[in-house]
Amino acid sequence: MAKDQGEVQLLGVGGSPFVRRVQIALKLKGIEYTYIEENLRNKSDLLLKYNPIHKKVPVFVHNGKPLAESLVILEYIDETWENYPIFPQQPYEKALARFWSRFIDDKILPAISKAAWTVNKEEREKGIEESLQALQFLENELKHKFFGGENISIVDIAASYLAFWLPAIEEAVGLKVLSSDKFPKLYKWSQEFNNHPIVKENLPPKDGLLGFFKSRYAAISAASK
Amino acid sequence: MADEVILLDYWVSPFGMRVRIALAEKGIKHEYREEDLRNKSPLLLQMNPVHKKIPVLIHNGKSICESLIAVQYIDEVWNEKSPLLPSDPYQRSQARFWADYVDKKIYEVGRNLWTKKGEEQEAAKKEFIEALKLLEQELGDKTYFGGDKIGFVDVALIPFYTWFKGYETFGNINVEKECPKFIAWAKRCMQVESISKSLPDQDKVYGFIVEITKKFGLE
Repeated sequence: MAKDQGEVQLLGVGGSPFVRRVQIALKLKGIEYTYIEENLRNKSDLLLKYNPIHKKVPVFVHNGKPLAESLVILEYIDETWENYPIFPQQPYEKALARFWSRFIDDKILPAISKAAWTVNKEEREKGIEESLQALQFLENELKHKFFGGENISIVDIAASYLAFWLPAIEEAVGLKVLSSDKFPKLYKWSQEFNNHPIVKENLPPKDGLLGFFKSRYAAISAASK
Repeated sequence: MADEVILLDYWVSPFGMRVRIALAEKGIKHEYREEDLRNKSPLLLQMNPVHKKIPVLIHNGKSICESLIAVQYIDEVWNEKSPLLPSDPYQRSQARFWADYVDKKIYEVGRNLWTKKGEEQEAAKKEFIEALKLLEQELGDKTYFGGDKIGFVDVALIPFYTWFKGYETFGNINVEKECPKFIAWAKRCMQVESISKSLPDQDKVYGFIVEITKKFGLE
């Protein structure tokens, strides 16, 4: 048990990549926490109390004080528990890490969603084009085993969506964006990332995720007929 | 060795204004370069190849893109005076949360106020006022979001005030009536030297919005 870490809780849902980001960071730092699984179709009073603005997960609570937005939470965790730093220490390197984490959330994820969750051929083509462009920037950025060098860092954690969720989405909706021939470095990175001992323990079961995405796509297909 | 600091910017950009305020607060000598967004300079394209947008802060040849990232960078490097982020990690995280909220809400919704019509505009009006009211709540009885002095959230938010005449005229809303506390905060901010000298005149910004609406047939 980490000494004097205080009371830590995490509200989340098992399949959320944003929740898993926080869990990976907590595990890397050896922080013990109580996990509360939410039902997003029937949000708990606790969730609504702790995140009245966005009403989303993850919500991180430290000694009764709540925090929302995964990237904000990750900065807090890194500043509070200094072992196994996930952000670089130098301001310029830190700025770059923040830039790429935001890029993943603001550019890559929406492009992939656009490509995946549609039956409209043009929408999908457009989404794929945007995804490929965005992924190329990230591919060019990868210079070592992980974005953080020899160890995983904030950008790797933010990119966990690409390593684990994206392949499940691709399979569920019949899409291919992160291929090994187009993005050899990212592809190799995703294998290393998914096999990292801490990450491995903190990913959701693949079958459940695949099933969830398949149902989602089936609903979209049905709705469009 | 003297620091070389360049800011690539565009006068009317609220994102650029944030970085201007931070540089002024810290008293950082820098070169301001106005970009022509229809004819972006080779330097801009080289320094921000991913987004090709302003503002770009260039410090000793290294570029920092995205306004809130640049403001945090400035706060961390020039950390001897006028801290913009609180020293307590939880308060710091709250400042980041609210700055992120401003990014997610104010720019997009504000833009819808003067570019959309009909139902979409009505929805934007409602969302805009709701967002300002939430921010008023967060401000509470404080002079600034940063407390007694301006902080990260003040810097993130105040630039949008220069766009209010445009939002109000085209969007047909009266912010002072709906959110008097917000306007009172904004007026206090405009008394702060680093802010008043970094922001363009509201009337000039309004003129810019009028020009754009005419050009793109948005009236």
